[in-house]
Amino acid sequence: MALITGFAIQGLQMLLVLALAPGLVGLVRRIKARLMRRPGPPIRQPYRDLLRLMRKEVVLAENASWLFRATPYLVFAASWVAAALVPTFATGLQFSWTADLIAIVALLGSARFFLALAGMDVGTSFGGIGSSREMMFASMAEPAMLLTVFALSLVAGSTQLSTVVQVLHGPPGVGLRVSLGMALVSLVIVAIAENGRIPVDNPATHLELTMVHEAMVLEYSGRHLAMIELAAALKLLLYVSLIACLFVPWGIAREGDPPVALALGIGTYLLKLALGGAALAVFEASIAKMRVFRVPDYLGVALMLGLLGTLLLFVSRAL
Amino acid sequence: MERMAFDTAHLLAGGLVLVSFMMIYQDRLQALLNTFTLHAVVLSGAVAWQAWTQAAGHLYVTAAIALIFKAIIIPSALTRIVQRLGIHREVEQVVGTGLTMLTGMGLVALSIVLMLHVTSKATAFAREDLAFALSVVLLGLLMMVTRRNAVSQVVGFMSLENGLILAAAGARGMPLVVEISVAFSILVAFIVIGIFLFRIRERFDTVDVRALDSFRGERR
Amino acid sequence: MIEAAAIATLGLFLLSPLAIALRGRASVSGLIYALSILPCLGLVGVGLMGLGDRHSSAMVLPVGLPWIGAHLRLDALTDFFLLVVGIGGAATSLYAIGYGRHEEEPGRVLPFYPGFLGAMALVVLADDAFTFLVAWEVMSLLSWALVMAHHREAEVRAAGLIYLIMAAFGTMALVLAFGLLAGSGGDYAFAAIRSLPRSMPVSIAVAFLVLVGAGSKAGVVPLHLWLPRAHPAAPSHVSALMSGVMTKVAIYAFLRVVFDLIGPLPWMVSPVLILTGVATAVLGIVNAAVADDMKKILAYSTIENVGVIFAAIGLAQAFRADDMPTAAALALSAALFHVFNHMAFKSLLFMSSGAVLTATGRRDLDGLGGLIRRMPVTSFLTLIGVVAISALPPLNGFASEWMVFQTVLQSPQLPQLGLEMLVPAAGGMLALAAALAAAAFVRFYGLGFLGRGRSAEASNAREVDRYMLAAMGGLAALCVLAGLVPALVLDRLAPVVEALTRSRLPVQSAEPWLTVVPVAVARSTYNPLLVCLFIAATASAAAWVVHRAGTRALRRAPAWDCGFPDPSPLTQYGAGSFAQPLRRVLGGVLLRAREEVEMPPPGATVPARHRVIQHDLIWEWAYLPLARGILKVATEANRLQFLTIRRYLAFVMGTLVSLLLVLSIWR
Repeated sequence: MALITGFAIQGLQMLLVLALAPGLVGLVRRIKARLMRRPGPPIRQPYRDLLRLMRKEVVLAENASWLFRATPYLVFAASWVAAALVPTFATGLQFSWTADLIAIVALLGSARFFLALAGMDVGTSFGGIGSSREMMFASMAEPAMLLTVFALSLVAGSTQLSTVVQVLHGPPGVGLRVSLGMALVSLVIVAIAENGRIPVDNPATHLELTMVHEAMVLEYSGRHLAMIELAAALKLLLYVSLIACLFVPWGIAREGDPPVALALGIGTYLLKLALGGAALAVFEASIAKMRVFRVPDYLGVALMLGLLGTLLLFVSRAL
Repeated sequence: MERMAFDTAHLLAGGLVLVSFMMIYQDRLQALLNTFTLHAVVLSGAVAWQAWTQAAGHLYVTAAIALIFKAIIIPSALTRIVQRLGIHREVEQVVGTGLTMLTGMGLVALSIVLMLHVTSKATAFAREDLAFALSVVLLGLLMMVTRRNAVSQVVGFMSLENGLILAAAGARGMPLVVEISVAFSILVAFIVIGIFLFRIRERFDTVDVRALDSFRGERR
Repeated sequence: MIEAAAIATLGLFLLSPLAIALRGRASVSGLIYALSILPCLGLVGVGLMGLGDRHSSAMVLPVGLPWIGAHLRLDALTDFFLLVVGIGGAATSLYAIGYGRHEEEPGRVLPFYPGFLGAMALVVLADDAFTFLVAWEVMSLLSWALVMAHHREAEVRAAGLIYLIMAAFGTMALVLAFGLLAGSGGDYAFAAIRSLPRSMPVSIAVAFLVLVGAGSKAGVVPLHLWLPRAHPAAPSHVSALMSGVMTKVAIYAFLRVVFDLIGPLPWMVSPVLILTGVATAVLGIVNAAVADDMKKILAYSTIENVGVIFAAIGLAQAFRADDMPTAAALALSAALFHVFNHMAFKSLLFMSSGAVLTATGRRDLDGLGGLIRRMPVTSFLTLIGVVAISALPPLNGFASEWMVFQTVLQSPQLPQLGLEMLVPAAGGMLALAAALAAAAFVRFYGLGFLGRGRSAEASNAREVDRYMLAAMGGLAALCVLAGLVPALVLDRLAPVVEALTRSRLPVQSAEPWLTVVPVAVARSTYNPLLVCLFIAATASAAAWVVHRAGTRALRRAPAWDCGFPDPSPLTQYGAGSFAQPLRRVLGGVLLRAREEVEMPPPGATVPARHRVIQHDLIWEWAYLPLARGILKVATEANRLQFLTIRRYLAFVMGTLVSLLLVLSIWR
């Protein structure tokens, strides 16, 4: 019985993240448009876009290889699995032990790796630009992310995301830690860079010289593009959920909680998502995009914060 | 309650170190001055918290002095100077932000290791405060070493002094007289430096201290 | 058991004269390589059985120095490294049956190749310092001869010279180390060395000398300079052996001395190891990310992986010195697991670059491209190697890298505050190296195998023969297997780790679902098998749903490329362009990279030129001043050759008197 419930909750989580991801993107777009005094598309627009893309034929470059055709599904699957492993409304899910936080980060790294390869598959200059820049950003963002993970798991004594959330959530909790604050800032910076949001990359642009992620997927169309867009939405959702479950863990249901707690968990999760999306939209609307070679400095800050957070941790621990 | 007090002190002092790093990261003068203001505000917060937890009334005076002089008077005066000199939009050549940051990291690690070793007998409060204070001092020094612009060197100096105040507050506070005289000497130093800035500018047409090096024949 | 290992080694050594005897025959190359497979498989068998039943056996052969003989011994550590040598050797020999046919002067490769394999096995088997050093030197010299196979190219000759100097230097350090280890008693058998008491300073000096001696062979910064020159210069199957196996033999030497022979070492050694390892990893991979030659990229990436292994060994040393056997076992398991994995994927990738070289005659990224359509099998196998080496789940590179990170997270238990802070920082740097490796290998694969062919050779490449594909396929299967079921390797490692640290990981194959659990379930778990299954299931489900509910329609058309596709393949991103962001961000400091543009004056018809200049920092800061210093001293000393007899006599007398003086003061 417990097993069936476990599977059901895990399945619910998988479907929930998949169903919510395009909505989050729509919400961000909508709020951003409103902030710029445009009416903006309705929140359900991304769902429509995805459905339409899936129904359109694929226009494939003449020399595209099997790798180019397989990548969208791989990227989508990796992002979805990663997103399903982050606690959203409940901790201790059935399969949460298959990958810890480091493995989740690396799973996203695999997705990016294949996407960058696909960008180079057709052999165009834009694909190359996109892949090269994406990998440069990643080579800064991943160590920053890992240092943040170190800081968090040194506090919690585990890299297992469910355990980390439970330790941080308490009781007894871990109190106010300046390291945690730094980890939060660092995680936000990394999240913005990883999702290609302003000021690192502009998801709405089609001005060739400024785009990174869009340049990489320029040759994709039809259902392939739908998969990639959906994967990008899932990644955004993953990062928002990650920040939410680590730093605002209130309301998350624990293993074996009654259905009421689960419902409460889902409710608070939706609220957190909406707030996170709104914060992202406000941030994006109020800042300008950086030059490409400014981004390493920006990510360097995240790296530094992660490291500083880890160092300061030892001060309070050594006392 | 004890834990809450400690956590808040930890947060504020750690925040001060963080703001020091933010100052190293800034390469525009105006942004630097704003960050310095934040530095002073965090400092006065940290000192005030120490005053409250130690129930030491005179530390409130220290906090107030920090707030009034460091967070209000000096930044606004520096802003005026920078604007009069017309360099508020200037982008400063920092010697490799990344490298400076890494050095800063090393300095923080060094001061933490050193202070925790040396002060093994003191209270947790004092140890932590001292470790952070030494970091702030060293970061201020680092800033003075790596910057070329005279204004940012002044800011580095001021932030260094902030570290000293933090140390003093953690170590059960220093006598009020000393505190006030230090505050005034800082003010005097500030005025002298401010006047010098204009003199440097008049003579060399820049506040880049490299001009001074070449004037003294030190630069090849 | 030991007899079988000795016979296999001897068999390898005997193949060398056979190759000379049969020279000139058409089929000799295939024969020698095919015959080398058997002893290698024998070594694999010995290693596997030894790791299974945990017996140690020894034998003394009446060769070598008369009063010592040659001691050979099998214990867990030897078994594991025999396994590594055997697998690498067998795969390489199989590959070489195909690859060797394209060799222009087989007489320059064949006689040395089996002997090289035998020497590596002998290094691992040796149980006394004399045999060890002789085998080590034979290994160095034979590999040098193999590097020099294409000696008509000036670049190869230069590489050979540097390699020879570094190898001699490394052996010298090892001789000194063993001299110190054996002490005044002069008993060179390892058993005697092990039981000898020695003071801390001597132990530290030995550890340092072995770091220099073994490190120079493994490519540890700052002794790595020969590696990116020599490894690419050799024929590709030899490169695979040198990178995949010989660096591992060097790591064996380090482990044997530091973790077995010396005895206890203070914790102060570990920060040196960790910092060296981290510096090696980062410097190696930054170079790999900007190099243009396929084999050079691989050689630099070898340096990175050696750095990772040394950092993990340094962690193990820290935990061992602080009496934390569980954590030390975890660190050592991670290091050895990475040794195994690196052997598999680096050999695979060197083989695939050899395949590309055979098919196109080129190994510069700017002359390749589009091979995924011309050489589908090679490309697929290379993709597996590339994903593995980039430390990406679910393959084996990530599994060992993940364990290294788990080790890093054990650092809060360390009693030394400085070390405690150093370790997470080092972990961050290792993460940087791993991320850069992904960037470097996207470049490697994207430019070499994807896109459009940049030269006629690349556009007309043909798939290589079945021997080469079989060897690569075997190693790729190993990468997948070790990645999906790490328990297979980790449980084999347990006796080795137990022998060196007196502790071991929990039995991995007993965990449910074959999960990897390094410490405890609450702390960290990783299940590559399930992750891979989930991804495969969701990907196929997604593809099925999309094809069913959406459309299957597909149309081929010219590439879109934002509206102006240019048919010339040179409009693609090239090696220099892809490396530019990283070169600009990291290369400025680490490589002193600069870009120069020569603009002709207006009206001139000469083309403008853009050049990238990058240096190896170590070369510039350490080696050039050293070379200049030596030259200067030599020039000064030159004057001594033109003195009168009387002066020479004065020198002799002066020396004698000063020696006597020293003696009189000493007493």
